[in-house]
Amino acid sequence: MAEEVRIVLRNADKIDPNNVDDYINAGGYQALEKVRGMDPKAVIEEVKKANVRGRGGAGFNAGLKWSFVPPADVKYVVCNLDEGEPGTYKDRTIVQKDPQTVLEGMAICGHAIGSKQGYIYCRGEYPYVVEQLNQAIDQAKAKGVLGDFDIEVRMGAGAYVCGEETALIESIEGHRGEPRFKPPFPGVEGLWAKPTVVNNVETFANLPEIINKGADWFASIGAPNYPGTKVLTLTGDVVNRVPIEVPTNTTIREVIYEFGGGIRNGRKFKAVQIGGTSGGFIPESLLDTPIDFDSMSSIGATLGTGAVFIMDDTRDIVDIVTRISKFFEHESCGKCNPCREGTFRCYEIMKKINRGAASAKDIDNIVLLARVMQKAALCGLGQAAPGPIMTTLQHFRHEYERKLV
Amino acid sequence: MANYRDIIASYQDKPGGIIEAYHALQEEFNYIPREAIDEVARVFGVSEAQAYGVATFYSYLSVEPRGKYIIRMCESAPCHVAGADEVIKAFENHLGIKVGETTADGKFTLELTQCIGQCQGIPVITINRVPYEGISPDQVPMILEKCK
Ligand SMILES: Cc1cc2nc3c(=O)[nH]c(=O)nc-3n(C[C@H](O)[C@H](O)[C@H](O)COP(=O)(O)O)c2cc1C
Ligand code: FES
Repeated sequence: MAEEVRIVLRNADKIDPNNVDDYINAGGYQALEKVRGMDPKAVIEEVKKANVRGRGGAGFNAGLKWSFVPPADVKYVVCNLDEGEPGTYKDRTIVQKDPQTVLEGMAICGHAIGSKQGYIYCRGEYPYVVEQLNQAIDQAKAKGVLGDFDIEVRMGAGAYVCGEETALIESIEGHRGEPRFKPPFPGVEGLWAKPTVVNNVETFANLPEIINKGADWFASIGAPNYPGTKVLTLTGDVVNRVPIEVPTNTTIREVIYEFGGGIRNGRKFKAVQIGGTSGGFIPESLLDTPIDFDSMSSIGATLGTGAVFIMDDTRDIVDIVTRISKFFEHESCGKCNPCREGTFRCYEIMKKINRGAASAKDIDNIVLLARVMQKAALCGLGQAAPGPIMTTLQHFRHEYERKLV
Repeated sequence: MANYRDIIASYQDKPGGIIEAYHALQEEFNYIPREAIDEVARVFGVSEAQAYGVATFYSYLSVEPRGKYIIRMCESAPCHVAGADEVIKAFENHLGIKVGETTADGKFTLELTQCIGQCQGIPVITINRVPYEGISPDQVPMILEKCK
């Protein structure tokens, strides 16, 4: 029987999340204390060696990202709590169960890169989380544990694209949340043109234990190329719709059948979409794939945010992908043409297929359009938007063909 | 009711505080009035077009008056398979309005939203930002009854 391994959620349901003393009594803020006695470069090296790869979807080595930050008078640490990928509720879970571990992680990053100011960008749908974070920050400040590192919470306002790091920065600056051209990357020129490290909530939440127990300890857990654990959130036609934290060498099948308890209502499995609504659809034949970033990429899927959306054998794949296309059409920010027009046309063609009015030519067109978007869109939104269409055409083509005229 | 000028003034020293100011305005008025957008432009030193552009970029912000109770139904894929369409139909039937509209008495506004991060409880609605999980069409009359 596969078991959970809890690093990020180590304190979940064990301490009162709204009491900083509980966190301190559980060993909290020892890691920050320890890094304060270390050379910042050594901290970056340790995090790099742990090979903790970004938990927000892109899977970039966090220490490596920090190492690119140039010297500057002012630098920022930004925690990405935008969590807009449908099916994902892990960052909310982490913060609600243990907000201090995220604050400590941010302060560790602050020491490593030489920043005194952190921001948490929290999605507008989580006003209660904003409140809880503000309370946690006040308590940590009152205790003096954060030292001279300051953290401010900013609230988003319902735009999925603001999870993209440069759009997020635009939004903190008070603008429309449209992504910037890269380079320069935020690490060099980010918030108010200052070097800015943007990491996901879960990435930060891993840091205290990495510092406490060491890079080698962390690197030995789970899959060697993407070590550690991943917090996954189960949704859809699965018995247990719960958050879990598992080592990254856990297979998709274990996630669904052992942790998830299998398919609801005694039905059979049809498909699972992992990583959020931009993730690929995965058929039964690939369920023995481990969930780590590289293994998922190798089957044309994604780990993404770790959302696990399970569909039973009664579900209509084309109808679901049509709904997903509507999401991207709605959330495209409109800045670049391939995404603005592409998501619009994808939704239009998917609607046509779904109502039984399309021909094989429409499928050819949508595939061509998808390729253009994947190559030419400015940010990950437009690049990833066709993923569900392409992977369902690959694994569930008969469901499309059934609806063609 | 607080004056929109005072609300905006309290954010003017916050770098990039426009969106925070809009949140506060919407909290007070349920939407962002046109005069307030002009004032925001003046206070933050941007053009009215820019201030309006920010207010209309974010789906959570509204520049149109809305009802006392804003009911939003999540229509993302997980809520979709769990029956979101039937729930929204039940709301439309009971309220006699379509998605995007407000009842004549100004009490209810019905909106669609994308995932609100409560996918353990699909399908999910929010009423004035508070989430309610596992909603079925037959619960709709009772939910509306509770909104006094
Ligand atoms: C459209 C889009 C939405 C994104 N949404 C999120 C999000 O909600 N949370 C997040 O952490 N990263 C999100 N990302 C990824 C961020 O751009 C960035 O890679 C991440 O915050 C970096 O942190 P990490 O390296 O710790 O994962 C999104 C990217 C794109 C293209
Ligand atoms: S999909 Fe509806 S709340 Fe997440």
